Amino acid sequence: MNANNINNNPISTDVVKYVAELSRLSLDEKDTITFQHQLARILEYIAQLNEVDTDSTPPTTHVLPTMKDVFREDVPGGSLSQKEALDAAPDSVRGFFRVPRVI
Amino acid sequence: MPMNGAGRQQSQQFVVLGESLKTGESMDKKGKYETVVGLEVHVQLATKTKVFCSCSTRFGAEPNTQVCPVCLGQPGVLPVLNKEAFMCSLKIAIALGCDIQESMKFDRKNYYYPDLPKNYQISQFDMPLAYAGEVRITLEDGQEKRIGITRAHMEEDAGKLIHDPGGMCSYVDLNRTGTPLLEIVSEPEIRSPEEAHEYLVALKRIIKYLGVSDCNMAEGSLRCDANISLREKGRSKLGSKVEIKNMNSFKAVRDALFYEEERQAEVLDEGGTIKQETRLWDEEKNVTSSMRAKEESHDYRYFPEPDLVPFDISPHLVQKIRDNLPELPAARRERFKKKYNLDWYDVGVLTSEKEIADFFESVTVLTEPRSACNWIKGEIMMHMNERSAGIFELNIEPGYLAKIICMVRDGIISNLAAKDVLRECIERGKDPADIVEQKGLLQVSDKGELELIVDEVITVNEKTVNDLKNGKENALGFLIGQVMRKTKGKANPKLTGEILRKKIKG
Ligand SMILES: [Zn+2]
Repeated sequence: MNANNINNNPISTDVVKYVAELSRLSLDEKDTITFQHQLARILEYIAQLNEVDTDSTPPTTHVLPTMKDVFREDVPGGSLSQKEALDAAPDSVRGFFRVPRVI
Repeated sequence: MPMNGAGRQQSQQFVVLGESLKTGESMDKKGKYETVVGLEVHVQLATKTKVFCSCSTRFGAEPNTQVCPVCLGQPGVLPVLNKEAFMCSLKIAIALGCDIQESMKFDRKNYYYPDLPKNYQISQFDMPLAYAGEVRITLEDGQEKRIGITRAHMEEDAGKLIHDPGGMCSYVDLNRTGTPLLEIVSEPEIRSPEEAHEYLVALKRIIKYLGVSDCNMAEGSLRCDANISLREKGRSKLGSKVEIKNMNSFKAVRDALFYEEERQAEVLDEGGTIKQETRLWDEEKNVTSSMRAKEESHDYRYFPEPDLVPFDISPHLVQKIRDNLPELPAARRERFKKKYNLDWYDVGVLTSEKEIADFFESVTVLTEPRSACNWIKGEIMMHMNERSAGIFELNIEPGYLAKIICMVRDGIISNLAAKDVLRECIERGKDPADIVEQKGLLQVSDKGELELIVDEVITVNEKTVNDLKNGKENALGFLIGQVMRKTKGKANPKLTGEILRKKIKG
């Protein structure tokens, strides 16, 4: 796909901006165009599935059709220590993860 | 945040049904509008571990000490459903008379907020555990009303955020993340703040009877969001809906709905329109205020959770659970009425909480039901209110109350002394018989001793004695009172009356 496709791109820049907002991402104009192309390419790739004839295939909700009803018993197991839990976080204080203020 | 979602879209379809079931009159003052309320209740299930991992769900632990790679949402982990969480959910759905679905699956509900480490919540969208149940409530006029349940689905709880007032940061504790929840969505069939309150009381009672949640609103194990709209009476189309959050008690739900009912009526009366929005209840100021005007939050982009396999729920299992459900509030009320021959009001009080009903039944093993009922709804409940405690938190064994009741019945202690004994019993946990002995509360039933006291009373109350002689019967009560005073309430009133009568009237 090249830049000429922009006008008939199935994804509008408005859609890209909306999805970015839902994902709490801030994109500049250049990013928006980049992702517009990438998302279009992903959709195009997935659209290949439309070529498969599924008329006689029953709907499924999972890729493992025979595996069902997998449970675990209600028995406490190990948790991480507070230090282990917080170690990978960019910021923490007094046992809490610290994040930029949210409403 | 995890409070809204699929349920609301679902409930829209049932508007017509809600209309046809309309029973109560609108509560609004002018009578011009009808209030339409739907409630979303989240119940934390009383499991030992989280819904998809084996971290503990204990309340009040140090922050971020009950977390693991699964509930922290680290890459490459696999959630596995907690069997007990599933069974608890199933029990509630069955007790609410829901249609249990033959198969269910989990979905990802995507939104971005720091209390949700995966950036999605595992919930159920189009194949939930159950649809179409009901809760029956009693209206002010004694009428029973059915409030429909749209659906009940399982999901995981989010973490806890602490906001630094005025600061630049928020603090995140993920201990609660992954705690099992059942979300119960009502039909928009609630017609007043009072009905909403009754619905919550009845729902909580059923869940408590099942023993699958402590339903403690203060600790967050039961939470409620409300949707409210007004429409002109006689119209079937619903008005714009406002969602209210942040209500921490049943009373807060009722107050917030009252406020919102008035606010919306005012806006409509002035020719304005109601904005569809989420509003927060402010308990201190007693107002709701707009939280977010935009409807962006509805874009959850649900899709099936690929890490969890689907579940088949066999009718056989459903039947087995149904057969083994504990006695529910409605059934217990019926049985109490028949078995103990009490009136509906008393039965209502005794079955209002499972613990109270259990306590009552333990007491009646040893004593007469009518007195047990009177003592529980009088003195025992007074002590519960004084201490804001549950009946078993009073630390009085049912056997002790039974003993006190029997001592009164047998004339060993007076009714007045019995109240003191009960208080002592609750405060010190001692056997009532010991208290009676130590405090010298034994009722004076010795005829000789009483006669001496009666003689004294007769000597100093000449006028009243004459009144009694002349047929003024209420004079007797006064004289018995005088004997009581002299014996500090320990005189046997019946015997005292007999002696007085005999001595005066001969
Ligand atoms: Zn965990």
